[in-house]
Amino acid sequence: MGNLSLFLQHLTNGISLGSLYALIAIGYTMVYGILRLINFAHGDIFMLGVYLTYFGVLYTAIPWWLVFIIAPALTGLVGLLLERVAYKPLRDSPRITILISAIGASFLLQNLGIVLFGGRPRAFPVPRILNHVVKVRGVSINVITFIIPVVTILLLIGLTYFITKTKTGMAMRALSRDYETASLMGIDINRIISITFFMGSFLAAVGGIMWGARYPQLMPLMGVMPGLKSFIAAVVGGIGNIAGAVAGGFLLGLGEIMLVALLPRLTGYRDAFAFVVLIIILLFKPSGLMGTSQTEKV
Amino acid sequence: MREKRRTDLAALAALVCTVVALFLANRYLDDYKIRIINLSGIYVTLGLSMNLINGFTGLFSLGHAGFMAVGAYTVGLLTMPVSMKEMNFFFTPIVPWLANVEMGFLPALLIAGLISALLGILIGAPVLRLRDDYLAIATLGFAEIIRVVFTNTQSLTNGALGLKGIPNYTNTWWSWGVAFVTIAFTSFLIRGSYGKAFMAIREDEVAAEAMGINLFKHKVMSFAFASFFAGVAGGLLGSLLGTIDPNMFRITLTFNILLIVVLGGLGRITGTVVAAVVVTVMMEALRFLDESINLGFIELKGIPGMRMVIFSIILILVVILRREGLLTRLKGREASYAEN
Repeated sequence: MGNLSLFLQHLTNGISLGSLYALIAIGYTMVYGILRLINFAHGDIFMLGVYLTYFGVLYTAIPWWLVFIIAPALTGLVGLLLERVAYKPLRDSPRITILISAIGASFLLQNLGIVLFGGRPRAFPVPRILNHVVKVRGVSINVITFIIPVVTILLLIGLTYFITKTKTGMAMRALSRDYETASLMGIDINRIISITFFMGSFLAAVGGIMWGARYPQLMPLMGVMPGLKSFIAAVVGGIGNIAGAVAGGFLLGLGEIMLVALLPRLTGYRDAFAFVVLIIILLFKPSGLMGTSQTEKV
Repeated sequence: MREKRRTDLAALAALVCTVVALFLANRYLDDYKIRIINLSGIYVTLGLSMNLINGFTGLFSLGHAGFMAVGAYTVGLLTMPVSMKEMNFFFTPIVPWLANVEMGFLPALLIAGLISALLGILIGAPVLRLRDDYLAIATLGFAEIIRVVFTNTQSLTNGALGLKGIPNYTNTWWSWGVAFVTIAFTSFLIRGSYGKAFMAIREDEVAAEAMGINLFKHKVMSFAFASFFAGVAGGLLGSLLGTIDPNMFRITLTFNILLIVVLGGLGRITGTVVAAVVVTVMMEALRFLDESINLGFIELKGIPGMRMVIFSIILILVVILRREGLLTRLKGREASYAEN
């Protein structure tokens, strides 16, 4: 295998990992845009999505492609419920309080995962169509590596249409711009926030399914690292900005794969890479690559 | 003035009671219970040090596990006998400047605290200008980086293998002695002008700055003090357990301390102390939830993870229903302190 084909392989791997980060990051960025809250539990919602798919495929008669739609929808409902229970009562409290609640929710979901699904890793049932290796000009690539970016791009197009063209999307943008004025304009805040959580969780679950197909090992704590890294992707891109979250996701995914590929000596530091990027970004461009800087109101 | 004297008397009484209790405990209780008492003391120190940053200064930091790791490894490496070190580092030999070091517990603890504090200053200086959630995630990131680095520096920390055979110097006198030093230090700090400045920063940064408080200096100072005690507590913990590895110092550990701080009340000293003891004891007492128990006529199957589910629910409920913490009724005076 030549150097170029090897490089191409790393590139596709990076892009597919980046797409997954991007999908999860969107949920973070949408929630942050509206509530100014880091939804710490988002990574665990992602985990829940994977497990729901797992049980749907293995223990129900529903065909797998339908499960791939139903499971994210259910996950979306869980996300919506989470907001109602753990965040809504605290909407007017100091940010530190709601952040603690988010951390509590995250640990609750993780440990509920351990209680309900057991701590032992499970193997994700990947449909054959999504999981076979093809050779393109000497580069052997798993089909899923192609499918992931395609699905991500399709979802992004849908999301962009929704945010820019529909009335609900417009309400969402209004809410993220100015919370109080938007509510004075007759926007039903609770409805919009619920929709936001539903959509973010839905996308995270879709990302989760593809994650499961790519790295088919399920564990209750599997959401922690992807969750943190995707959050970092959202911050790197400029939190609150959907295009930024996607860009950040790709940057992080590619960077991580390339770091391991080009500097194998640093493989052990793979998990630290994202955090180093985060801290550099926060220090030099706190509003992220595409974010708008906010002036502080006194 | 009289009120202050009464507080001091109460503190003295508490100190005497604890000393007597510890004395009796050491005589009559078994090893397992002594271990819980030790853990309680260590968690008092940890809870107070986190409360200093999160509760009093209002900076949301989630980096405690990282500082504890630094402290635990420092104490472990400094107190471990030379022969034990050779056994631990069979994979890659230890760096030469640490190979022949073996010192007493007190200097090792102090060095652990100082290294932690230094690291706290190094980390704090750049990131402390971030606010709330950004600061939380940045400090969490640093803790995670420390863990990853410790996993990879084979010749310094023995990597993922961890350290085994750290001498068990920690006993109830050490753990509670340090806890009392922390309590006294925090109380004096909070009563003095530094404490007032910390709380002013918590209430309103802009106003505090306008009053002439040097934000940067005070934030870094609070962070350094907290990291110092976190490092010392980490050292105590490492010496209590005898075995440490980088995966002990995950965010779960920080979560436990956060639970203590929130239950005790942000910015409450007595509350934190009580919460630390209650949470530590409960963590052990609720262990039956995770393990199977045989009642003779029926065997209840334990569900691993149930314990943490309950603790997470408690945390969320406390945050939603009683933001000031569960234990504020115990002491009205301190509450008014924080509110004034």
